[in-house]
Amino acid sequence: MAEYQNIFTQVQVHGPAFPGVSIGREDRERMGKPTDVHLFGRLGDAQIGPIYLGWLGIASIVCFLVAFEIIGLNMLASVNWSPIEFVRQLFWLGLEPPPPEYGLKLPPLNQGGWWLMAGFFLTLSIMLWWLRMYRRAKALGMGTHVAWAFAAAIWLYLVLGFIRPLLMGSWSEAVPFGIFPHLDWTAAFSIRYGNLFYNPFHMLSIAFLYGSALLFAMHGATILAVSRFGGEREIEQIVDRGTASERAALFWRWTMGFNASMESIHRWAWWFAVLCPLTGGIGILLTGTVVDNWYLWAVKHHVAPMYPAVFGTVVDPATLQGAQQ
Amino acid sequence: MMKSYTVIRVALLLAAGVLVSACEKPPITTEQHGFRGTAMVKVSNPRIVAEQAGIHAVPAALPAAPQEGQKASEVYQNVKVLGDVSVAEFTRIMVAMTQWVAPEQGCGYCHNLQNLADDSLYTKVVARRMIQMTQTINSDYKTHVADTGVTCYTCHRGMPVPANVWFAPEPQKHATRMVGSKGGQNTPAESVAYASLPYDPFTPYLSKANTIAVNAKTALPNVRVGSIQATEDTYALMMHMSDGLGVNCTYCHNTRAFSSWETSTPQRVTAWHGIRMSRELNNAYMDPLTQTFPVHRLGALGDVAKVNCATCHQGAYKPLYGASMLKDYMALSAAGAMAAIPAAAAPEAPASEAPVEPAAEMPAEAAKP
Repeated sequence: MAEYQNIFTQVQVHGPAFPGVSIGREDRERMGKPTDVHLFGRLGDAQIGPIYLGWLGIASIVCFLVAFEIIGLNMLASVNWSPIEFVRQLFWLGLEPPPPEYGLKLPPLNQGGWWLMAGFFLTLSIMLWWLRMYRRAKALGMGTHVAWAFAAAIWLYLVLGFIRPLLMGSWSEAVPFGIFPHLDWTAAFSIRYGNLFYNPFHMLSIAFLYGSALLFAMHGATILAVSRFGGEREIEQIVDRGTASERAALFWRWTMGFNASMESIHRWAWWFAVLCPLTGGIGILLTGTVVDNWYLWAVKHHVAPMYPAVFGTVVDPATLQGAQQ
Repeated sequence: MMKSYTVIRVALLLAAGVLVSACEKPPITTEQHGFRGTAMVKVSNPRIVAEQAGIHAVPAALPAAPQEGQKASEVYQNVKVLGDVSVAEFTRIMVAMTQWVAPEQGCGYCHNLQNLADDSLYTKVVARRMIQMTQTINSDYKTHVADTGVTCYTCHRGMPVPANVWFAPEPQKHATRMVGSKGGQNTPAESVAYASLPYDPFTPYLSKANTIAVNAKTALPNVRVGSIQATEDTYALMMHMSDGLGVNCTYCHNTRAFSSWETSTPQRVTAWHGIRMSRELNNAYMDPLTQTFPVHRLGALGDVAKVNCATCHQGAYKPLYGASMLKDYMALSAAGAMAAIPAAAAPEAPASEAPVEPAAEMPAEAAKP
């Protein structure tokens, strides 16, 4: 018997392709004949299509491609248009925001101008995609939970690349595009502002991040464990609790004294996931604008403990008399 | 189907191999040196340390020479440094220098063998200046080198040009056009241990005196200090120091607060002086020699080879793991030897803050462009 004992779906049943519920006159936007892709079926649903893009989707993709091209061509130009060097250095290459001396002024193209433009189109693309998500959910008569969860991520993105740089009065505070460059920015950002780990909103964000992973693992494991009793039919189980629900609930009551319900676990997971970028965004927004050195802030508020000075007294040599600078 | 699975498996294995190929083979040794629970540990890889043992081996000292007798300056001509040591000691140091700097090339690398007093070879002019530099380090920078001191060998290790020197990087090609500026970073560069950080951390800090500290001194915003970009510059310098000394951040810093001196180790103070020392050596000793060197010894921008942390340290937390070679060649630290030198006209004498710094002595012909 086919069971859920493999990370890939073992048995794929092929029936006639389902075009999806009708959405009235917008049905004409759905294009292409549905087809089955076996490899996709191993991960999820094998059916691809019909595809709905609509004008929001198309505009979003166009804006994304513009941003992608600006970033990619700048990277390629930075290795003097050498495709080999482009591949070799790809992880290192980047598109940097303007240097600090430009503040919020428009910089020359090659000194952050392209970065501003790429950021503009990427933001536009993301906003359009958000609107598309919202409208598609509405069209299907669904709730808009996915769009609002996406909005939480967009909040963090906007804080990092737009809102905080505006408040700081300099685009140079924003994140560069590029694999290693944005990681180096992250490290430099934490170092510059006195260690982000002492930022309480960063702490909250981490708690929600790890909490999300924990809830996801607990929920996924629970449902897989009771799928032999029909537990994977979660939606039905919410309103019509069967033995799968009862066993899962009892398991958690036995092991931790408390259990979520088939419905509440999803609400908890959603809030944990959404609060991760929401609190993170607040933490970033406060950094540099309200707090300049999180370590000193933590010392001031008795968050950072002091340890015995095992190295003796170490003094900044620059403060000693007659020191060179 | 079986066949395609095998192909996928082999491909995954190969990919995994490529992924870990840049990693150091574990296990890594850690040695606690701070308070428990603060993660203040020195990290080292015993295999890499063993591999490098050769570079850090200390050559045996030459047999001691009598310090009495006639002084070198009374016997030889044109002796401008080390003139007040005995002839025997002078000769011993010359032999040692040959072993340290030009073991294959021999005396003729610096001297005109027909007339040893002749200054016609640029190497001799440079060597003389380097002896003064060594003496300055040993007498004025005890804050960095303590009594361990340095000798020619600390940097040269048997090579005419030390293995670790730096030049100003070539500007990015076509950087002036309207697209593709790297802004001096985002390149796999050895100078910053292959991070994408700014790849010239030396010019701003070891040649110019840009501010290294970027952190605010108050919890709440007060004075604008370093930008993110300045932080990346500092970070780049720190990557060089870490790489050049073979140490991790916690050798000097308690990484919960990089800027805090109270929680740092005493090594950070030594390093602070080392940065100032390297800067002075570059500005007072290396830079004025630019015209003395032939073009092929200069960098792409026509600048002289300059020192950074790796020049002496070569991957060790202390050069030669702290063994003192100076104790057998004390003339290289004697500030007294300097006093005997008549202060020559110094057209390119750099501004120096150190009061005991002797007037830069440069032979007239060496000063010509």
